[in-house]
Amino acid sequence: MTLLTSSLAPASERGVPWRVRLMPYALLAPALFVVTIVVFVPMLEALYTSLFDLVLWKPNAVRFVGLGNYVKLLADPVFWVAFGHTAIWIGLTVPLQMGLGLVAALLLNREFPWRGLARALIIIPWALPSVVIALMWRWIYDPNTGVLNDMLLHLQVIQSAIPWLADPNVALYAVIATLTWQGFPFFAVMILAGLHGIPRSQYEAAAIDGATPWRQFAHITLPGIAPVLATAGLLRVIWVANSMDVIFVMTGGGPGYATHTLPLYAFIRARQNLDFGYGSAIAVTFTIVLGALVAVYIIRTMKEVER
Amino acid sequence: MNRPSTLRRILTTDLPVLLIVIFTLAPFAWMILTSLTPSDRLAASGVSLSPSGWGLDNYVRLFEQTSFLGNMGHSLIIAIGTVVVGLGVSVTAAYAFSRFRFAGRKAIMLQFLLVNMFPVVLLILPLFVLMRRLGLLDTHFSLILANATVAIPFAVWMLTSYMGAIPRSLDEAAMIDGCSRLTALRRVVLPLAMPGIISTGIYIFITAWNEYLYALTLGGKNVRTVTVAIQTLIGEYQIEWGLLAAGGVIGALPATLLFLLVQRRLIGGLTQGAVKG
Repeated sequence: MTLLTSSLAPASERGVPWRVRLMPYALLAPALFVVTIVVFVPMLEALYTSLFDLVLWKPNAVRFVGLGNYVKLLADPVFWVAFGHTAIWIGLTVPLQMGLGLVAALLLNREFPWRGLARALIIIPWALPSVVIALMWRWIYDPNTGVLNDMLLHLQVIQSAIPWLADPNVALYAVIATLTWQGFPFFAVMILAGLHGIPRSQYEAAAIDGATPWRQFAHITLPGIAPVLATAGLLRVIWVANSMDVIFVMTGGGPGYATHTLPLYAFIRARQNLDFGYGSAIAVTFTIVLGALVAVYIIRTMKEVER
Repeated sequence: MNRPSTLRRILTTDLPVLLIVIFTLAPFAWMILTSLTPSDRLAASGVSLSPSGWGLDNYVRLFEQTSFLGNMGHSLIIAIGTVVVGLGVSVTAAYAFSRFRFAGRKAIMLQFLLVNMFPVVLLILPLFVLMRRLGLLDTHFSLILANATVAIPFAVWMLTSYMGAIPRSLDEAAMIDGCSRLTALRRVVLPLAMPGIISTGIYIFITAWNEYLYALTLGGKNVRTVTVAIQTLIGEYQIEWGLLAAGGVIGALPATLLFLLVQRRLIGGLTQGAVKG
């Protein structure tokens, strides 16, 4: 593969000496070397481990089970519960982040005196460590002394304090709310950049033709930012699907299995039971499911690189 | 003529923006207030909203009674190490992508993009086993390597886009003047790409500083980063929210300040790809 003259190489490079032709590969070598060691070797190892019954504190009981872990997985009710939660998790978080991000971006795109300040302030959640975000919201959600219950009780929205993170019916949505808060600035910033790309003249022309603000939004703004929404949305789906640090710190997957998502289930299985074989099998299965989404994103991006 | 339109602007723009900004900042502001309220007061009457009830007790306790300063040192070593490794290998890689057309270019670029999307959970288990086998658990080196899984692909993509914006004619001119490829990279491209390299480095620093799961899994008693340490502030018998909030504020501060510092250039780089599509 390295020595083939590809269609990318101009014909004039045919007489170029090997030294020069190998140059780009030499420049890439360090990065490829490190990535191979820290990503590809572990990835293959995960695949390999998933074929074994391997519990870390029982090193002598390791045995090859083939696809046994995967068969076990399909019959594991917790796996399906976690699978369902992952779908709700992605299906709610990403649209909520996008919706809120869109509103914020449209507002920040208008003219007002403190626009620069507002833009800088709104991205702060993006920079905060996940652990801090998770603990901060645990404090806000605290059933006894949390400020959220205090406020809602004071405003008489609720009659008694809600144990946000301890109620299995509420916990997942409480975490989703936190993640929405954390992630909407990303969308706001992306969409804002997209809005800048729409020529003003289009709005002026539409206004002359008597188009209402709503029609301007639907026929100029939305089509204008559609590519950004698609790219940012896909990136976010992948990111939200993978992210488990906030849930891990907020609820640890509980109460019961109420906030288990697939990556979290794999992590907890491996961490608490040291059941690395089964944990790896869950992780691999999750990666394959996510892979389909990633494929869509990659195809989109590569089209751009080609241009 | 002017006044009604100003009023209108305030109602339709300033006010909604203010609401969003409050929504965005309120949780963090609440944490700051919590950290300023001394523990006994916090237990008795809740978070103090007026400055008269504030004090630095929690911060004093944080630095005097816990090893938080040491934890910050560990985080700093790991974050700087990740920046060095991440940028070190990515600069030449990005130069190769932006200046050469070679067989396998597309496939290798795709590979870097793909690596960025791998679930942490897929890598964290085998990395733990690998580091344990090599005796690297609980060292700075293991965490720097683990953070590199995210830093390298990100840096390669960002730097490729920054370097792609520098005209090729510049390094070609330098080469005609007798520079070799590498000298051209060092003398011409690097200085021009420096702003991009710096903001990429800062972003890597922020992600490495904020990283939690690897630090929890691969770290231990010797190497405990800020993110892991904050959680241990919770206390054994009852939750110490005041101390925890102080740790959260201090732990979040470096990354937040750096982010505000470079946000403009960084966001320019991050959004470029998405906007062009």
